[in-house]
Amino acid sequence: MNMIVCIKQVIDPEAPPASFKIDPASNKVVPPQGVSPVIDPYAEYGVEAALKIKDAQGGKITALSLGTNQLRDIVKKPLAMGADELVLLEDEAFDGGDSWSTAYALAMAIKKIGEYDIIFCGREASDWNAGQVGSAIAEILGLPSVTLVKKIEPADGKTKLERVTDEGHEVIEVPLPCLVTVSNEIGEPRYPTIKGIMAAKKKEPAVWKPADIGVETSQIGAQGRRTKLQKLFQPVREGKCEMVEGESPEEAGANLAAKLREVKVL
Amino acid sequence: MAENKGVLIFCETKEGKLAAIATELLGCGRKLADDLGQELAAVLVGSGIAELAKEAIAYGADKVYVVDDAQLKDYQTDAYLSVMEKIVGQAAPQILLMGQTSIGRDLAPALAFRLKTAASLGCLELAIDPQSKRLLQTKPVYGGNAQAVFVTESFPQIATVRAKAMTPLEPDASRKGEVVKIDAALDPSAIRAKVLEKVAEKVEGIKLEDAEVVVCGGRGIGSAEGFTQLEELAKMLKGAVGATRPPCDNEWVPAGAQIGLTGKIVAPELYIAVALSGSSQHMSGCSGSKTMVAINKDPEANIFREARFGLVGDWKKALPAFTEKLKELLAG
Repeated sequence: MNMIVCIKQVIDPEAPPASFKIDPASNKVVPPQGVSPVIDPYAEYGVEAALKIKDAQGGKITALSLGTNQLRDIVKKPLAMGADELVLLEDEAFDGGDSWSTAYALAMAIKKIGEYDIIFCGREASDWNAGQVGSAIAEILGLPSVTLVKKIEPADGKTKLERVTDEGHEVIEVPLPCLVTVSNEIGEPRYPTIKGIMAAKKKEPAVWKPADIGVETSQIGAQGRRTKLQKLFQPVREGKCEMVEGESPEEAGANLAAKLREVKVL
Repeated sequence: MAENKGVLIFCETKEGKLAAIATELLGCGRKLADDLGQELAAVLVGSGIAELAKEAIAYGADKVYVVDDAQLKDYQTDAYLSVMEKIVGQAAPQILLMGQTSIGRDLAPALAFRLKTAASLGCLELAIDPQSKRLLQTKPVYGGNAQAVFVTESFPQIATVRAKAMTPLEPDASRKGEVVKIDAALDPSAIRAKVLEKVAEKVEGIKLEDAEVVVCGGRGIGSAEGFTQLEELAKMLKGAVGATRPPCDNEWVPAGAQIGLTGKIVAPELYIAVALSGSSQHMSGCSGSKTMVAINKDPEANIFREARFGLVGDWKKALPAFTEKLKELLAG
């Protein structure tokens, strides 16, 4: 089983909200000081899904990441978790893309990797929450796709999957190769082992430029966008909270109930 | 190709009726179409759904495309993609809206890329730019820490909209509209990903999304037992219990109870937030609540910037007294 997992390096979404700042002039997020970037947590579920298959039936996992300033210690995490290879698309021309131009570059890199049965993506990324790159890669490569997957069991050239729906889930069967976006219900991503971390240290990623995957810079990154970001802003909070007090927490609790009754909320 | 015109709504159906999200989208689409001075069309895809065209017209559509085929009973990506490619080709709208549901999230991006255009998923606000006449698509990004306004430069401009972000019109049964039946002309062999089975999760009591009162607990509740106190309050108020992500990750409550960017979206009359800090990602699932009440021991917690009424203190002491007093007041 040959598997490719798309990952990316992002600003830590668990960083305190107060550290989140936007530069209005450039419409960009200012990376918070002293907070290390992380592998996108949604993408880690994709790594975990691939590792579960590798545990059960063996296989090769290639992690694929696009970006600039990718810190090796960060983007090597899938290797430390148990992936076999790491490919980095690293060039300023890849930067500032939307779902389409990012998916196009990833799809061309996947073509260059060549052999694959399943391509995994997170269901969205924690920075732009676009939720589209997986579906776009499938369309570009002409593959069937299944999104929001919580369970996957490939066998005999096809795979059964469970897809999360608004009502529960559905069981889907699809022939390989296919593209899968993974939801958090797949289970918590494993921690890297010491052995894994040591092995990852020794492994050097392949670094590809636009020319290596046969794409023009006009098709990728900011130049290849189909959507324009007109404005990025932080919503303003009103902050008109009326505090209800009491001599003790119990009394405050009773006073709060009386207050809600008084203002006819209840 | 014909000039693109009008707004098209992909209407989901549920239990033989238009889904709530479809009526919300029609309400929003009506306004956008009026702002553009263009037509509002709806599309119904499924099996045995033709009768619902009247309902779509009552909720604001001028024209309804109906694709009724037994093979379209369940949502399957390849089948719906093929049908929607055909409808969009015929209707040639400027704007196509879908719900941010398990269907819309799957269909919108695939369709956008097949049609060589783009989509924005999970929008909270949509408006027509008065100058350019383009659709301004506002959606939360960075886990709700920020919002972004996107513009698509190709047609159709596709967006999915979050539940309860828009308001339906009062249905008017006397409205007139045109119904256009379209043959699905599906090639069964083109359906690669096949749905074998659908499994509905059982919900006891009132559904979280439908509840008028939501009692939501956070990390500070500390245990599954703690949540039984929230259940008690919710039951008394005929409401439902929700949770932030940590209680779900720790399995104190089922995953389906999660409210937030990655969980359910609620907009009840009353939202009682207990022992939760009010992270951006959580708030984007409940910010539409009419009145928010917060109980938290940390006076600096973000939730107090969001709430209308607050209580600083240990919920373990304050909540039982709150519940007891309410019971007394509601009885009297």
